[in-house]
Amino acid sequence: MNVILKIAKTHLLSKPKQTLVAMLGVTFGIGMFIMMISLMTGLNNFTEDLTKIASADIRIYKDVTEPRATLLDRIRPEGLNLVHHVKPKNESDKIRNARQIADLLRQDPEVIGVAPRLTSQVFYNFGPVKLNGSVAGVDILEEDKLFDLHSKIKAGSLAALKTTSNGLIIGSGLAKKLSAQVGDLLMVTTPQGVIYTMKVVGIFQLGLGEIDNVRSYANLATVQKLLGKDASYITDLNLKITNYREAKAKAQTIQAAYGNKAEDWETANSTLLAGAIIRDIMTYSVSITLLIVAGFGIYNILNMTIYSKMKDIAILKATGFAAKDVTGIFLTQSLIIGLIGSLMGLVVGFVFSLLLAQVPFDGGELLALDSLPINFDTKYYIIGIVFGVLTTAVAGWMPSRKAGKIDPIEIIRGI
Amino acid sequence: MSTCNILLKTQGITKYFHDPETFQVLKGIDIEVHKGEFLSLIGKSGSGKSTLLYLLSTMDMDFEGKLEINGEELTGKSPDYLARFRSEHIGFVFQFHFLLPEFTALENVMIPALKLGKYSEEVIRQKAMEKLDLLGIADQAKKASSRLSGGQQQRVAIARALINDPLLIMGDEPTGNLDSVNSKIVFDTFRKLTRDLGQTIITVTHDDDFAAKTDRIIEMKDGKIIS
Repeated sequence: MNVILKIAKTHLLSKPKQTLVAMLGVTFGIGMFIMMISLMTGLNNFTEDLTKIASADIRIYKDVTEPRATLLDRIRPEGLNLVHHVKPKNESDKIRNARQIADLLRQDPEVIGVAPRLTSQVFYNFGPVKLNGSVAGVDILEEDKLFDLHSKIKAGSLAALKTTSNGLIIGSGLAKKLSAQVGDLLMVTTPQGVIYTMKVVGIFQLGLGEIDNVRSYANLATVQKLLGKDASYITDLNLKITNYREAKAKAQTIQAAYGNKAEDWETANSTLLAGAIIRDIMTYSVSITLLIVAGFGIYNILNMTIYSKMKDIAILKATGFAAKDVTGIFLTQSLIIGLIGSLMGLVVGFVFSLLLAQVPFDGGELLALDSLPINFDTKYYIIGIVFGVLTTAVAGWMPSRKAGKIDPIEIIRGI
Repeated sequence: MSTCNILLKTQGITKYFHDPETFQVLKGIDIEVHKGEFLSLIGKSGSGKSTLLYLLSTMDMDFEGKLEINGEELTGKSPDYLARFRSEHIGFVFQFHFLLPEFTALENVMIPALKLGKYSEEVIRQKAMEKLDLLGIADQAKKASSRLSGGQQQRVAIARALINDPLLIMGDEPTGNLDSVNSKIVFDTFRKLTRDLGQTIITVTHDDDFAAKTDRIIEMKDGKIIS
């Protein structure tokens, strides 16, 4: 064994209590870090998953409320024009050439799926009660590719919608309110007053109350008929892309290319996702604080060790150990404390995360969640150990360097 | 002893202490030490003999003049080079034994050799046992060094000084802290090393009886050699 390592090991083992205390400092810091980051990223992922249920990576639609140039601006572009209360034009929110755009987008290698959609507000008639809701006209197979609908079906099937022109797949919350089952007939009223009889062919549950309670899926053609529109009338194109993290940039290029508004999922859900950043900041600041405290602990203990080992250092230097060897001995001790402490911290963090994952958590009506969402990503365990070792290395560096600089003659003659 | 066998040579070594005020400790020291010589440096406290010893040992290189060991000029070399040089060629015995208390006697002897890394651990262990045997304490090899008696500890320290087969052993009052029995053992060991093994030893001592029995005495006073 390397002599430096051997001396470092002997020093550590000769004061087991002190070594253990130093290690526990690191263990506590890293354990807390793992626990917090597992919970926080678990929550972040959960919110992200929720938003992914509700929104596609990129949604293309026509933004009719976008501020537009007034007539005055067009006539006198050089003038200082002031027009109050500009009202939006009576425009159709149809995407022009939606099917062609969809076909073009499908050729893009970064695009996995494009699902056209036409949404209409409707009333579901249930006896004398009218329930407010919406019906989304979709190509159900494309929609399935984007939102993984087949795994969310509680009763009936997706394929049945293809074969039933007036078929309807309704949300589980809606089904409960209407006490509807697969095979039942439902009366649907559009804002224009058209009443239509639909047949329930399936029930889905996304786990998000605000959707399950109001939405139903129908064939695109059926909804077009319901609204009295032609077969090219599509208001939304939902896109799934290969890397949803890059949705923002992709949305911008699509918007520039096709002229329609393209909105990425992050922008659409910015309020939900804002919490994620705050949680990250909290996690890292608490963990770093804990690690700095552990670092000071190591700094102190090492300083004390070096002080009590002055004689040993002098003798090592007299017998041919260079300054860097002496520094190495103490830095090694600090790194061993850091490494073992961090490893124990990972175990502690993992055990506590496992326990946290058992904690019951009631998401209420809104969320299908029964215990705290915990993330067990190995990435954070690697960050943890790197953090731990780095902190101890920094904390150990100064006292170790000081030990290397000790003048042996002063010590030897001073006695 | 032939004059061509010069192991250590100094030329005009002069040293100042600057703290608390500038004070000249050594004034132009010229000495030559021959191979296999058992030399003692004596003088009153403050005569500069210990300071000179530490200069000769290369631990303190803050001086004017020239130091040559084994034909190699050492002034101006880097601290790391000197550490390596000490490890290879110089063994130390101090007034207080200065063993590493957490290690056994054997390990204490082995550490400088492990650091030098010339031989495998097995060979070093064997050599260390030989040295301990030479000093008559092989039976104490496995004991923690802190549990040995003062005399035994000093002998372990001598074994440690010998482990790398140094050109030169330096002693800073090696018997200063020992009773007469142990002092005699240490002296006899040194005597044996110089006479039988051709080892060169320079030692600072206060003990006139000890000095009287060595090959040569250098007496210092006020930073100068007086005899």
